[in-house]
Amino acid sequence: MCAMPVPPPIEVDHLVKVYRTIPAVDGISFTLSPGSITGLLGGNGAGKTTTIATIMGLTTPTSGRVTVLGAEMPRQRYRVLQRMNFESPYVEVPMRLTVRQNMTVFGMLYGVEDLRERIAQLGRELDLTDLLDRPTGRLSAGQKTRVSLAKALINNPVVLLLDEPTASLDPDTADWVRAHLERYCRKHHATVLLASHNMAEVERLCERVIIMKRGRIEDDDTPAKLLARYGRRTLEEVFLDVARGNGEQREAAQ
Amino acid sequence: MSETALSFSPRRVSAMMLRYWYLLRSSWPRLLDLVYWPTVQMVTWGFLQYYITTNAGFFARAGGTFIGAVLLWDILFRGQLGFSISFLEEMWSRNIGNLMMSPLRPFEFITALMVMSVVRLAIGAVPVTFLAIAFFGFNLYGLGLALVAFFLNLMLTSWAIGIFVSGLILRNGMGAENLAWSIMFLFMPLTCVYYPVTTLPVWLQPVAWLLPPTYVFEGMRALLIEKTFRPELMLDALALNVVLFAGGVFAFLKLLQSARRHGSLMQTGE
Repeated sequence: MCAMPVPPPIEVDHLVKVYRTIPAVDGISFTLSPGSITGLLGGNGAGKTTTIATIMGLTTPTSGRVTVLGAEMPRQRYRVLQRMNFESPYVEVPMRLTVRQNMTVFGMLYGVEDLRERIAQLGRELDLTDLLDRPTGRLSAGQKTRVSLAKALINNPVVLLLDEPTASLDPDTADWVRAHLERYCRKHHATVLLASHNMAEVERLCERVIIMKRGRIEDDDTPAKLLARYGRRTLEEVFLDVARGNGEQREAAQ
Repeated sequence: MSETALSFSPRRVSAMMLRYWYLLRSSWPRLLDLVYWPTVQMVTWGFLQYYITTNAGFFARAGGTFIGAVLLWDILFRGQLGFSISFLEEMWSRNIGNLMMSPLRPFEFITALMVMSVVRLAIGAVPVTFLAIAFFGFNLYGLGLALVAFFLNLMLTSWAIGIFVSGLILRNGMGAENLAWSIMFLFMPLTCVYYPVTTLPVWLQPVAWLLPPTYVFEGMRALLIEKTFRPELMLDALALNVVLFAGGVFAFLKLLQSARRHGSLMQTGE
């Protein structure tokens, strides 16, 4: 008997999202392989957040198709929401609740077994143990980001969407968070889609980079191949080339 | 169990109730607010009724209609407000995105909000009913089983309106917040809280009879003035409430669908 083919963690197929008459995402396609970390780059208004929101089932595609672990979003989202999670600066966990209370509520929502132990474990892993009984609103920006990350990991997701996960963190804490994410992905074979403006972060974490501009994919490759193609030393330079259209000019000249 | 939109998890409902309970417990101004307005209303109208009963024969016979109306109106108004405020807490704390991207189903969310509206009402209104006994000798619980019918019908209306308003806020953002605070006052003159339906102009009376609370307030007056419980009024109210509640849920689901289409769930500000 043949084994059932395993669906890709995330598959975006000719996705179009138009708000009234403005196209936010304009016919993009990509597939992520299991256990990969992919960076989604682009300037403001490039369509990154809309793409992530559509993958999460928060917005409906105008046309095209998005599947997560084989479930079409948003129609079949309840089949997979328990196995995915996200972190975004556009949402916050309730500030009046303590860290432990927030973790309890989200743990129950995601159906986490042995929740008490899971909260203690996240407390240890994200250095939150001493903060568990403090109101979330009284924490520093860096501590709040760690709480948001703990919320994103509460259900041990196999698909993780991260929108600017280290924004507002000092370099040391940001580095610590990146290291934790790397460890988490290796351990759980999790697939991560990471939207970020921090090029060093993307270079360090991602084995693949998708660059968006005006709702379209401008380029899609490994960081090393992108650097070679654009003749640049850093992803930041590649990003600026794409943002300013230098890549197109170079192609036209060739 | 298959994971569909119709699945229902008591654990997820409990999670949301716990979330609102944590919030109430952590904030004394929120608790105070629950008790403050019902007390002010009851005391003001109680003294007004006391003045009238000592000066007019009819009202002397109609003892308790004003204060009874105030207490029942509070069930309707605070029921809706309790529902809407719990929902608004998610918008104010920018947590709605977390909930919409979690496995929480719309029906579970609505159930948690309904239960919390009863909890909030109990915290705010129950002490006030005892104050009404202490201050004015009016015992709301003396209405007996009729009170259960009144309460059930008023809560159903308050939930239906609360669900509809929450859908509007999801779709239109915080610009629609004012509706949560004011929509019930549109019902106040039409549902004839403090006067019989016959007081309204004849052409407006059919409109009043389309609203379930009208039957409750008429029923309360019949009970207090004529000492007659009119079950047919309660059944009519229940039938209208079923339609109103189904309409509220339908509108909420459609508005949620529209919010997904327009990307409103990502921008829950003004």
